[in-house]
Amino acid sequence: MSAPAATLSHRPPRRALRELIITEAKCAWRIPVGLALGVLVPVVILVILGSAGGLQKTIPGSNPPVTYMTNIVPVLIGMVLVMIALISLPTVLVNQREHAFLRRLSTTPVAPRWLLAAQVVVNLVLAVVAMILIVAGATLFYHVPAPAQPGGFALTALLATAALFAIGLFIAAVAANPAVAAVMGTALFYALMFFAGLYVPRQSMSVTMRHISDYTPLGAGVHAMLSSMQGAFPPAQPLLVMAAWAVVFGLAAVKLFRWE
Amino acid sequence: MAPAVHTPESGEVASRSLAQPVIEVWGLRKSYGSTLAVKDVSFEVEDGEIFGILGPNGAGKTTIVECISGLRRPDGGTISVLGLDPQRDRAALRECVGVQLQEGTLRWQLTVAETVNLFASFYPRPADTSELIEMLGLGSKRNTYYRRLSGGQKQRLSIALALVGNPQIAILDELTTGLDPQARRDTWRLIETVRDRGITILLVTHFMDEAERLCNRVAVVDSGRVVALDTPVGLAERAGGGNHMRFRPSKPFDDRVLTVLAGVDRVEHEGPRVVASGTGELFNPVVHALNAVGVEALEVQLESATLEDAFLRLVEPSPKGHEEVTTP
Repeated sequence: MSAPAATLSHRPPRRALRELIITEAKCAWRIPVGLALGVLVPVVILVILGSAGGLQKTIPGSNPPVTYMTNIVPVLIGMVLVMIALISLPTVLVNQREHAFLRRLSTTPVAPRWLLAAQVVVNLVLAVVAMILIVAGATLFYHVPAPAQPGGFALTALLATAALFAIGLFIAAVAANPAVAAVMGTALFYALMFFAGLYVPRQSMSVTMRHISDYTPLGAGVHAMLSSMQGAFPPAQPLLVMAAWAVVFGLAAVKLFRWE
Repeated sequence: MAPAVHTPESGEVASRSLAQPVIEVWGLRKSYGSTLAVKDVSFEVEDGEIFGILGPNGAGKTTIVECISGLRRPDGGTISVLGLDPQRDRAALRECVGVQLQEGTLRWQLTVAETVNLFASFYPRPADTSELIEMLGLGSKRNTYYRRLSGGQKQRLSIALALVGNPQIAILDELTTGLDPQARRDTWRLIETVRDRGITILLVTHFMDEAERLCNRVAVVDSGRVVALDTPVGLAERAGGGNHMRFRPSKPFDDRVLTVLAGVDRVEHEGPRVVASGTGELFNPVVHALNAVGVEALEVQLESATLEDAFLRLVEPSPKGHEEVTTP
């Protein structure tokens, strides 16, 4: 009998992570929740709003002046992130835990956190594709100026993504079952999108409301993205707010995540 | 069945037999909160055998195999699997032990082949996946989605995943629960095929017929303890009161004709019939002794003790029912 030496390294083959990512991508394609909610819905909304016209007017009281159409671009990016990070990602993860698939993985050389990593990668790709479609579509077809500060815009998008994915993983960590995860995601959708300015632009909010909005991840995100679209490097405060959400919820998710 | 004795010869390469333990469990204890699920369990599993863990629901069977496969940390005792500690050497253990869990479903958006190939990518030396799929009788279901498989097919896929890493040991938990009789028999044949490939199998079951059919040795577990450990036949003989020979004598005879026989423990009368009970071979000595006094045995029925008899005798009916110890 050849007992394997315990001292040797027993890392799973490198192709395991690649296969997991490909598999998760297939699943995301076959049951396209993230694709439909996170990519299709925001892009369709952009097309409808852009084609409807009447949104090229300047928002009263905006300083520097900004059109409704330009303002909707960061809001839709926020919608992409909420749909993908807070609804698609946690629902799938909680489902896999509920069906003991994570536990099944932990009997193989692959740790269940690899599945989590593969899920995050696939959803990140979806989010990036959706964000590019929205910015490119708005710029090319709907008279929205290209981000004058591309670096600042990218940094903001990155921080907003980090914050929302951290919150999504936190939901996956604490939700007892897929239904709870879906309720949490949907409730956060309304709250975060309200403060991002989906219903009322931030510029039209009362001072108190805008103040609250500044401390929500997407309120800060829309603020910083709009600044970088208009040529200024985003101010430190919204960037720090997003970073704080990312760190706090990221650490909480790591601490609380249950594999079975 | 070679007993687990270590003679000086057993160390030689030439005399490789079944006698080498690949799993050793000593004094295993595990509790969930205040519930003691496993009290003091010790046994050894030899290389190449099918070792059964048999017991009623909630006896602690699943907890025992979860500790062996490193999914749970024991509270006490030691476990050695192929010389590895399931907690300390988790990574090494996972490469050589395949596990089929009692519950859990797979990704239902994936086909049989995709699922097997995915799990194959986790192992350094995986089995040939298309051959494995064929061997498990899933060849025609290769491109079928998991959600469209029958219960038996899902179970076979689950076994395929336990074998895809080319393990030395396969741990199979409640393999045939919920399957129809034909699917159960197919699964049993499959397990024997796996054993014939040299894989040691640790089989958890609460079905007597399954243990009797498949296992070389069986540990009967009840309320977190091993109450008996033997071959299925040995268990049946030991606890079931041996064999019975029932017959109608052609004319009355003195019981002592039979009770003097070495193999007969007792003689009972059931109306016109006589039941001679004992261990080992009954038929020939009884017929011979009766002939010697001019009696013929008519309408002879022979009954062997079954594992079921043994099981019912070994496993105490708990007044509170067996639900009291359930694994979370």
